Amino acid sequence: MISMDKKLRIGWFSFTCCEDSTIIFTELLNKYCKEWLQKIEFVHARVLMKKNSKEIKEMDVAFIEGAISSNSQEAKLKKIREKAKILVAIGSCAINGSPSNQRNFFNQENIEEIRPILEIFKYKEKVLKVSEVVRVDESVPGCPMNETIFLELMKKCLL
Amino acid sequence: MHDPGNNFDINLEEISKIEGAASLELKVRNNKIEDLKFSISEWKRFYTQAIKGKPVVAIPQLVARICGTCSNAHLLAAIEAVEKAFNIVPSAQTMLLRKLLYYGLIIRDHALHLYVFSLPDLFGKDSILDFDENDPIQHELLDDTFSVKEVGNQLSIVVGGRSVHAPQPTIGGFLKLPELVQIKNLKNDLLNIRPKIIKLIQIYLEAKDYQVLKAPMSFAGLYSSDFSFLEGTVKSCTSADPSDSLAICKMIAEEDLGKYLEGIVIPYSHARGFKFDGNLMMVGALARLNISKENLNSKTKESAKEALKLFPSTNLYHNNLAQAVEILHAIDASFEIIDGLNEITPESPIKINPPAGGPKKTIGIGVIEAPRGSLYYRLEINADGTVKKGEIIVPTGQNQIVMEKAIYELVENLLLTNANQEKIIVEVEKLIRAFDPCMSCAAHFLKVKWK
Repeated sequence: MISMDKKLRIGWFSFTCCEDSTIIFTELLNKYCKEWLQKIEFVHARVLMKKNSKEIKEMDVAFIEGAISSNSQEAKLKKIREKAKILVAIGSCAINGSPSNQRNFFNQENIEEIRPILEIFKYKEKVLKVSEVVRVDESVPGCPMNETIFLELMKKCLL
Repeated sequence: MHDPGNNFDINLEEISKIEGAASLELKVRNNKIEDLKFSISEWKRFYTQAIKGKPVVAIPQLVARICGTCSNAHLLAAIEAVEKAFNIVPSAQTMLLRKLLYYGLIIRDHALHLYVFSLPDLFGKDSILDFDENDPIQHELLDDTFSVKEVGNQLSIVVGGRSVHAPQPTIGGFLKLPELVQIKNLKNDLLNIRPKIIKLIQIYLEAKDYQVLKAPMSFAGLYSSDFSFLEGTVKSCTSADPSDSLAICKMIAEEDLGKYLEGIVIPYSHARGFKFDGNLMMVGALARLNISKENLNSKTKESAKEALKLFPSTNLYHNNLAQAVEILHAIDASFEIIDGLNEITPESPIKINPPAGGPKKTIGIGVIEAPRGSLYYRLEINADGTVKKGEIIVPTGQNQIVMEKAIYELVENLLLTNANQEKIIVEVEKLIRAFDPCMSCAAHFLKVKWK
């Protein structure tokens, strides 16, 4: 998929979600860390390291977990899209928006209850799935993400 | 370097190596803190509203999605609340299997925190992945990181079907029971990681970080004879003054915990911190060892003798040491359960039966010890089996006030020693990590801007 003269530069980003796929990913490192570290450079991964600069860097693959709740999240996702050759939506919230988008389906009473928070902190009117904001190249479905599909995709990226 | 008056601003947008997103803003003028805000930068998903009106049987799997890290804690706390509401008493086998599933979570979650989040601080590294392969100690710790986490992960997978959002545990039992042979196979793996954890305990025993809050505190958690995290009575122990031992202890029934937890709305924010019976409170591994170290597995007590002498402790960094001890307990207690298991009896989950006289409204309360502390669920259920109202109190909320106070006092102390900005950032992050906050959980219930 990508020339392997140098290491594959990957980024892992979490938006609005429970970060279950981040956990699955860190558990996959138990088995694959040694192999992957020879071929991969982590450019962004808040769970693993501090040196995530605020400025989004060029990446071969960006993994996106979670749904989009705010304009700031939307802007960041667009920036990631500009910098990533391949963008992968990871897990149910990124792919379908659910369950992080459950407020989209609230009745009037529930909406009124949360309205002050939505307004003060400038939430978007509706929670968006990733493909409503940017072009998505690949997807790994599941809640949390399906490990087998993720591993197949990694294999493809590392070819 | 600072200008002579020592004025500077620190703005950490996303603190790394914690669960979820949090940020810190600090304004120092004339060497004094003018403004300090530790805020949760997670966007809310409104679970307490979302569960209203849904069938109560669907709630445990939905609330598991509050948090990817401790999903099985939310799952089991919600299951307990529903079972209590309908007077379902799970079988002895169900409880044993739930404990095994849970010990898997404790091993995996504490190991993630200690090895991946905290250990790099002790070694002056940015990431566990930067540990030096050519340094025998660092190389070994990198290997330990993955082998320890993997055993916890496998334990939860074998018993619960998956380590995150486990599909098999349900109200009244298990949808699909695990295979005995697969459980037995884990015994060797548990034994193999035991010496690694003894080494980890030693590392945190030797760590010199120290901070005691300048105020009396209450430590609270579930107290049970087998330190199982899932059962027991709530126990709280309080110091009369900061230097005092935790002499004043009391026991509280699970269903009464809500009366003692006092939600504090922080006026300049949307936060809800908590006090315990009017005192500053802390929950989690440190609190559990402070109130019930005598109930740890006997093998753990023997092997962690030196470490356990330090508890009860009010040194906030001892939360790390306490987590390391709890991993050892989870290993030893799992081994004992697996050793004693001779068969898995086929059992279907106990069904919810409508009470005599037809369906009626009910309330269920579930309290368990999540990895980061007491997790409280209170579900009000309509006669038609839907949720009328739910209240969920998470550990990070209960620790919020103490955590902020500790950050403030730490920065004050550092300013007295003329620490530079870089040093302040490093030390504040290290302290926040020692609390092991879980922002995914906390986000749904509070929003903090602290001045």
